[in-house]
Parts: sequence; C-alpha cells; structure tokens
Amino acid sequence: MRRFSDLLDRLVFSPGRNAKLRLLADYFETTPDPDRGWGLAALTGGLDFRHAKPALIRGLIEARADPVLFRLSYDFVGDLAETVSLLWADPRADETGADPTHTNPTMGEIVERLRRAGKTEVPGLLTGWLDGLDPTGRWGLLKLITGALRVGVSARLARTALAALSEPVTVDDIEEVWHGLKPPYAPLFAWLDGTGPRPQPEASSFRPFMLANPLEEAALQALNPADFFAEWKWDGIRVQIAAGPDGARLYSRSGDEITGAFPDLVESLAVQAVLDGELLVVRGGEVAPFNDLQQRLNRKTVSAKMMASHPVAVRVYDLLFDGVEDLRPLPLAERRERLESLHEVMGDERFVLSELVPFASWNELAELRASARASGVEGLMIKRKDSAYVAGRPTGPWFKLKRDPLTADCVLMYAQRGHGRRSSFYSDFTFGVWREDALVPVGKAYFGFTDEELAQLDKWVRANTTERFGPVAALRPGLVVEVAFDSLHTSKRHKSGVAMRFPRIHRIRWDKPVAEADRLETLQALVEG
Amino acid sequence: MPPSPETWLSVTKSGLYCEPGGFFIDPTGRQDRAVITHGHGDHARPGHARVLATPETLAIMEVRYGDKAGRERQPLGLDEPLDIGGVRVTLKPAGHVLGSAQVVLEYEGSRAVISGDFKRRRDPTCPLYEPVDCDVFVTEATFALPVFRHPDDKGEIEKLLKSQRLNPDRAHLVGVYGLGKAQRVIRLLREAGYDRPLYIHGALEKLCALYESFGIDLGPLLPATGADKETLRGELVLAPPGSANDRWSRRLPDPLVAFASGWMMVRQRARQRARQRGVELPLVLSDHADWDELIRTIDDLPSAEIWVTHGAEEALVHHATLKGRRARALSLVGRDDEEAQT
Repeated sequence: MRRFSDLLDRLVFSPGRNAKLRLLADYFETTPDPDRGWGLAALTGGLDFRHAKPALIRGLIEARADPVLFRLSYDFVGDLAETVSLLWADPRADETGADPTHTNPTMGEIVERLRRAGKTEVPGLLTGWLDGLDPTGRWGLLKLITGALRVGVSARLARTALAALSEPVTVDDIEEVWHGLKPPYAPLFAWLDGTGPRPQPEASSFRPFMLANPLEEAALQALNPADFFAEWKWDGIRVQIAAGPDGARLYSRSGDEITGAFPDLVESLAVQAVLDGELLVVRGGEVAPFNDLQQRLNRKTVSAKMMASHPVAVRVYDLLFDGVEDLRPLPLAERRERLESLHEVMGDERFVLSELVPFASWNELAELRASARASGVEGLMIKRKDSAYVAGRPTGPWFKLKRDPLTADCVLMYAQRGHGRRSSFYSDFTFGVWREDALVPVGKAYFGFTDEELAQLDKWVRANTTERFGPVAALRPGLVVEVAFDSLHTSKRHKSGVAMRFPRIHRIRWDKPVAEADRLETLQALVEG
Repeated sequence: MPPSPETWLSVTKSGLYCEPGGFFIDPTGRQDRAVITHGHGDHARPGHARVLATPETLAIMEVRYGDKAGRERQPLGLDEPLDIGGVRVTLKPAGHVLGSAQVVLEYEGSRAVISGDFKRRRDPTCPLYEPVDCDVFVTEATFALPVFRHPDDKGEIEKLLKSQRLNPDRAHLVGVYGLGKAQRVIRLLREAGYDRPLYIHGALEKLCALYESFGIDLGPLLPATGADKETLRGELVLAPPGSANDRWSRRLPDPLVAFASGWMMVRQRARQRARQRGVELPLVLSDHADWDELIRTIDDLPSAEIWVTHGAEEALVHHATLKGRRARALSLVGRDDEEAQT
C-alpha cells in the first residue's frame, strides 16, 4: 500500500505528462505482482468497493477524535480523506516521541479482503489498516477505497506507461489486448516482462484506432486523386462499436468503454462486427451541433428523457471485423465493399453509412471543402484506397482536410502563469471583444504562438499589469490578438453567451488599436447553434 | 508569594514587554531596548536602539540589516545569566535556527519563558531545544493542529534524491528560506552522503557563508547564477521560494520545483501552492514544532500556565484546557502568517 500511496502522492504534484509517465513506469517496474496489477486497476477505474463510502469514514474518525480538534482540522484541510489520514491517532502519540514502526498491508491483501467483506465487516478492516499505516499510506488507502483518486491519470496514460516496460510493445498493442483482461492483470505483466505469451483478445473486442494526419492544400498536388476516397469529416466523436455474441460495446478514441451512456445505440445493432465511425446527435435526419453531443458524454448512465431529446446515431466509416475475419490487413476498397454489404443487413437506421464524396481533381475537392460549412461537417477526409487499417497515426495513407478556421480580433484581458517549463512565463491568456463600450471575455488560449512570441507576450504582460490575483494578472486593454477557432456556439456558462471551439492565438496584432478589435455582435453572427 | 508573571510581563501592541527590565521581546516598531529570540524578519526587526541576543543572532541581523541592526548590540551566550533592572535574563537553546534562543526571565522568584520559534527534533545546524519549567510559558503555535505531524527528515531528503535520480535531465529547483531552512537542507543532504556541489541562488550566499563562519560545514557550494545551463542538468539548485516564478529561473534546464516547508504536510494546502508556484515536489521540512512536539512540550513543563501566540491558538488552548492546564491565547500583532519563515 505504501508504494501505491507514494505514487499517488507524487502524481498529485506532477502536472506534466512526461513526469507522470516516469512515475507510473517506475511504479510498474518496481512493484511486485499482484500489487501493481491492483494499482493499475485503481488508476484505470477498474475497482469499486460498494461498502466503503465517505459517511463510513467520517463515522470512524468521529468515534476516535476530539470533536473540536476534528472540526478545526477539517476546516483547515478541507478534504475528508486527508483530514482523517493526518488526524488518525498514530502510535507516535505516545510519550517517547520515537518514530513508530508501521505495518504495510499489501494492495492485494486490501483489495481481496474488501471485496469479500460484508457491510458490517468493513469498518473493522479499515480501522485495522488505518492503525497500521503511516499518514501517506492512510491517505492512499482512503483515496483507493472511495475511488476518488483525482491524480490526473487517464486510463490511456496508465497504459502508455505500461508500454514503457517492454521495448517493442506500443500503447496500441496494449489497447488491443486490454479489453479482454481483468485485474490484477497477471498475464499482461507476464507478457510485458517477457515471461509469458501475448494475451489473446476475443475476436470481437476493441481494436486501436487508425488516425489521420492534417494536410495543407498545397501538398495535395503531389498526390494522385485516383488513389484516394474522400469522405466528409463529421464533427462528433470517433467511436468504435464492438459487437460480439454477448452484445455490443462502445469505445471512445482513448480506448475507454462508454457503453453505459448509450444503451439506445448498442441495443439495436443486429450484427456481430467491429465498426469504426463518428458518434453524432441526429434529429430528424439533421446532425445537431457538437454541443448537443457533449450533453451526453461523460455520463455513467443516461435518462430516458435525455435519450429522447438527444438521440444519437453513428456515421460508419470502416469495418474492422465482420464476425469471422479480421479485415484490417485488407485494402480499404475491399473493406468498404464488405461494409456496404454488411450495412444492408444491419437493420438499424441509426447506423448510417458514411458516403463517399465523388471528385475528379483536387481543385474540385477544394471547392467542395470550401462549401462545407453545412451543419455537422468539419471538413474532408481523404484515404488511400489500398490502405490497410493500422493502429496509430501512420504517415501517408489517411489525411484530414480541415476547413479554414474562423478568426476574430480580440483584446487581451488577463494572463496567467503556466506550469513546468512555463512557470516563469505568462502563457495562458483570456481575451475579450467589445460589447457596447466594455470588454467581455470570450475565450482562453495557451498556444498558437512561438517561444519567441511567448517571451514578447510575457514582457508585455509584465509591463501592462494593473492588478494581480495570485498567479493571474489583470491587464490594461492595450494589445489585440487574432484568435483562430474552429466554430462558435452559444453557451450559458460564459458571460458573453458564446463559446469558441479549439481557440488558439493565430497572430499578435502589435499594430492594431484596441478600439478596432471585434464586437460581440460580429461573433454572434458566426454562431452555429 | 512571588508575583505572577502577569504583573510584570505584559502584552502591548508592540509585543511582549517586561516592565521592571524595561525591555521588549521581539518587538515591532523601533524600541529603545529589545531582546531578540532569533534572526527571522518577523522576530528580529531593524532600527532598535539597544539589542540583546546571541552572538549568532546579532551576526545574522548585521548581514540582513547592516547599520540598522541596532545601535548598541550586546551579545549574550546561551546559559549566561544577565541582570537587567532586577530581572535575570538567560538564553536557552530553542532548536529553531542558528542562534535561536528561548528567553528565560526570572523576577522576584517567578519565572517566565518565551519560546520564540522552536522545534524539538534534531537539527544539525543548531543545538537541541531544552525544556525549562516555569510559571508562564509563551509558546508559538504555527503548526498547532493535530494534522501537523511532520515526518522524519531523512525520508524527505530521500524523496528529493530519488526524484533527482528519476529525472537526470532536469534541474531540481529547491525552494528554501534563506535563513535556517537552506542550511539545514544542505546539512541533511551532506549527512545523506550527497557530496556533489550544490548550486545556490545569490540571495543565499551571505547567510551560507555566515553559517560556515560559525563552524557549520556546508560542503562545496557553487553560484547558480552564471552557471552554464547544460551543467545544471541533473543538479540540485537551492533558491528562495517563488524563484520558479521569477525570470531568474529561465537559466535552469526544465526545472522541477521542490519546496521545503512544514506547510507541505497538508496536501490540499500544498496543492494550492503547487498551482500558484509550480511546485511539483513538496518536502515536509519544518523548523517549527509540530502538534506532537507542542503537546509534549506542555507536558514537559508541568508548572506552566500556557500563553499561546502566533498560529492556530484555538486548538492548542483547547488541548491544554482538556488536560487540566491553564491556557490562553495572546493576540500579538505583527507575526506573519503562512508566508513567514516556516
């Protein structure tokens, strides 16, 4: 338990992705089985203890600590798990002042016993462990059992760290076998250690996504249009539907299962297959804005009302497995043929085939792309007809032609210092536009500029700060930036009533007077829904 | 019956005042006569006319304040009683930083002890705190909540060294207060067997040299300012807290920011600091007594009424009262809060 608690403790303070990966890889490398497997399960959301709830923990501490000291401590700390971990009477409270010898129950012991324990046994088990552990160990234990780790590690990041254990294995290789495995993942670690075979996933399980590279129009001319298919790029989220004998599951691009939020979709699929597509909210044949889809994401369950008001559908791009055969090595043109014939028997109008966009030349395609501001379309995809389906983002076979971004001239209003390498720089900017004669914030951006421009911005911020709130500096309105963004939506959460999608600083307009920055009315005219 | 200290030791808006002796202890403002417990800025202030303190504390004040360190400076060694207007003044080790002392005052048979800042655990840069039983004990209470139970120093230093091994391509920027924490962290590193040069920020140089002149061996120290960026990769750099947000830190290769302070005990608090100041590696190293040390001290002074000052007074007064002791909170102004030298 101590190792896992130390890992959580270090992760809490490591905002950077690389720092997190190092800590995770070090943990997986140096922790024995099955503890590291249980740690992996905790990090990827694979553990759930029904009987260990915050109310129970509060009850345990109230029975032991002086109520006044508990209240003062809890007020100061502000987090129950941490207050309890620090306040729990420690053997050191005796008169000797010597450091106590702590016991260190293993993750395996804790998980196994908690899983088997009935509701009435849990308080006794917890008390025993809390008595034996040191404060960091207690904190880790309480975080583990209440499931609220909050250490900024996604399941995909944890799997990326696993890949570092074994040189040739990539995160995509791990994702391919992942969904057939269960905690504490002994076969997975055996494979990574080189002491066991590669775990065999079920035929109808998740397969890592193939991704496209962005392409500039100019680079198109070197390619032969006859070698490619073109499809609309839809503005939803990429998903994979893996339907086997025991039902269908839905996965997001990060490889996380999201079936729970979309029971309406998976129940209706009549075939056994693995499909790649785009998840969208579609009402009466019209694709709704991305915002509508967002309402349905990040939920564990979904109400009937929500399913009725936000009906989902999938534009199907590709077929990876047809119930019998792994089709990924086949050329795209052949997969497409099989997809079309399978689609005829799918028996569900929610699964719509992504249509091929006919074109004879790149110029024709460019014209189509320019006109593609229709609802739900983000741009165009072009894919080599002979491309196999390969995990990751290979260079060459697939490209995305995004439509040109929208831009607006905005005034810098606030700046915040960054993290890590950017700790000494003001690098996160809030900007606004004019509403009558006052500025109203419309977005935040922290990239789009070069290192050199960052240094110039930082210098400007320091010279034009009017007030400081901790790491945030309020700025004199004096600098215009051209902000690029993919689309604009209405938003109740923003004071301005609009929200930008994917904003970035496109150009710094040192030359432009702030009075000439855009007005809110101009932005409102660009709103898509 | 001897007079209760309450009749000759009073709380004024400038601090504690000993009437028969005519002097303040750690006063604010500019006073005619001041006894100073230790050199931190919230206790030792510039501009007093006459200052009494340990030779180390006087030397620290001279480094910090130059000709404003006090017009007349009288050194008094530990355990050397001195009579001031019928009040016997003795300085006893407080274990806080170099030169730190408790002030023991005896007047007509009654005794008061003013702790200043203190801790009970071993510190390689100053002698260990000594309990002196008394009628009134004026205690600090910086960490007087039962959530503050500072871990063993060695483990914290080990955390730093482990992080250094894990990140050989980054410089570790360790935030330390210039007086006390810096030199203690250096000594603890040396005791852990770390004998490579340590890089220090210019603001730490004078006080490190002063510690050396009092016989505390800090090993090889090099200036961080002016060092080549590549040579700092994988090295430890000590600097005042907040340097990471300073443009100064841009000379460091991909710095990993550590911060050594007792406040790092509470993750929720340390996380706020982490967000504001980019701290990735909190080190719980305190120069103040934690909860266990505070209550042990009260137990070690069985005759004393407890006067609690600067910190979480409420919890400590509550605890002492539960134990059947007389205790009250003093409201002394001018003590800094969390940003003080902790």
